[in-house]
Amino acid sequence: MTDEPAVVAEALRKRHGDVQALDGLDLTVPAGTVCGVLGPNGAGKTTAVRILATLADADSGRARVAGYDVARHPDQVRARIGLAGQRAAVDEKLTGRGNLRMFGRLHHLSRPAARRRADELLERFGLTAAADRRVAGYSGGMRRRLDLIASLILRPQVLFLDEPTTGLDPRSRGDIWDNVRELAADGTTVVLTTQYLDEADRLADDIAVVDHGRVIATGPPDRLKASIGDRLDVVLDDPATAGTAAALLHTLTGNHPALDGDRLTVPLAPGTVRLADVVRELDGAGVTAADVALRRPTLDEVFLRLTDTPRPDTDTAVTGPAPVNGGTR
Amino acid sequence: MTAAPATACPSRAARARWALTDGLTLVERELGRLRQEPGQLITALIFPAIMVVLFGYVFGSAIDVPGGGNYREYLMPGLFAMVTFTSTMAVTLRVATDASRGVMDRFRALPMARSAVPFGHTGAEALNGVLGLTIMAATGLVVGWRAHGGLVPTAQAFLLLLLARYALSWVGCYLGLVVKNEHTADQLLPLVFPITMLSNAFVPTGEMPTVLRVIAEWNPVSALTAACRDLFGNPGAPTAGPTVDPAAGPAGDPAWPLAHPVAATLGWTALLLVIFVPLSVRTYRRRGR
Repeated sequence: MTDEPAVVAEALRKRHGDVQALDGLDLTVPAGTVCGVLGPNGAGKTTAVRILATLADADSGRARVAGYDVARHPDQVRARIGLAGQRAAVDEKLTGRGNLRMFGRLHHLSRPAARRRADELLERFGLTAAADRRVAGYSGGMRRRLDLIASLILRPQVLFLDEPTTGLDPRSRGDIWDNVRELAADGTTVVLTTQYLDEADRLADDIAVVDHGRVIATGPPDRLKASIGDRLDVVLDDPATAGTAAALLHTLTGNHPALDGDRLTVPLAPGTVRLADVVRELDGAGVTAADVALRRPTLDEVFLRLTDTPRPDTDTAVTGPAPVNGGTR
Repeated sequence: MTAAPATACPSRAARARWALTDGLTLVERELGRLRQEPGQLITALIFPAIMVVLFGYVFGSAIDVPGGGNYREYLMPGLFAMVTFTSTMAVTLRVATDASRGVMDRFRALPMARSAVPFGHTGAEALNGVLGLTIMAATGLVVGWRAHGGLVPTAQAFLLLLLARYALSWVGCYLGLVVKNEHTADQLLPLVFPITMLSNAFVPTGEMPTVLRVIAEWNPVSALTAACRDLFGNPGAPTAGPTVDPAAGPAGDPAWPLAHPVAATLGWTALLLVIFVPLSVRTYRRRGR
């Protein structure tokens, strides 16, 4: 393998009817890394993955995956990638083993090789016990795991995971995360789209934040968080003192604090204010604080700052796991 | 570990071989499904039995077979034809389910031959056709249906039914690719049913009002039914004599497709294949692009 990045997308554009799904998307994923493509619903994540996985053509722009141009050598790309989508794309009427054997055969493995590979994968991912049951009887998490396994039959160089945990319960999410980490440890390049910030935070070496069909920020999670500076949180004993405290914090930091109940939050440029100063000044003004803390911003805040738009479904998307009753389709 | 990618640089010959093996793998998939879901076979068994009882015994007593003869002998070729046509929707449903569940996307992200998926689905349907015809023929034998035409014409009749089913499965495949959604596909079935009824499959066309009679006589279901009656030597074949009540319309002779049912059936079968094979393959290739 060369040093060429596993994925290079340049100025991808794609229009679906009235919607400009991709509007000049650039993305580079170095080989052997995990890239989290993060964005709200409709940001263009799935469209990007479909183009990179040769399922769709871009209107313009170029993309190379595993060293091959997706438009000119799709078969070469297909032989080197794995794709697991939002839906468990397996045949419900077959057994888990039957599915893997079929996909193995469709990868042009010989019959015995397909059988061996299926057994091997079922064993490694802990699905042996359910292997001979029909997929229709699987739980959502098991289906998604089978779907993931089905994309690993040929040990892909690049694995595309399109929202692999959407709608899963926390435990199944954890299982998939473990699987992804293992694959990454083996050197597989993983491109993972997600609308869960904690998922990107935990799994990705680099994050590409996508909004309105383009990448609006990239970098390691920590750097993205650092880019908007720290936060100062002050929890007041008496909400009536909020006005005084806010004015004081404004003077100290130069920024306007946001008030939420008895909590004041103000962004902080790195290294400008010492915590001790804040506490002393507040004391001096007669404001008693229950808690004063400096903290790193969450990716949520990074995201909100970057996209600068209210999230479409704030309650589920920003805070992580979808409700357990979420669908499994 | 095993499994080295055998796909470094596919030659033209390798591609041709893949088209075949990939298609066969998908046919095999259908066998795997049947093994997992024997209920499908039971449904396939019960449906023709119900139809035989319903039409053979309930309506049969009130229907006169033109030229005389046993109604159930008259009915069986019609049922064969009807099942052949309604099976189209099963293909549509399977293809649409693959599309809506993302299975088709997975296929498309594999280094498979592009034509293998439609060929696999239609090949699987041919397999279902053999099973279905066997079950249906056995049911017919139980209720007293017999093929009187001899071995070769009987074999020809079954081959004709299979060929028609195969051609129709390409229509079904195309529809499945177009609707992309199993629920829509489900709703198409009630549309096929009347088409099969508006034919000579269950009742002679002679008594129908002129407009319906013309439609029924040119309905491919009628041609297939008539062809089977001819080849099986079952009663009601229009070539046996004028079946039309002179009062019903000016035409004393049966319409061309009914006078030459085998040729007519071969004709529309070829037509469907010529149109829908390339159309389906093209649609599959371009889907989502």
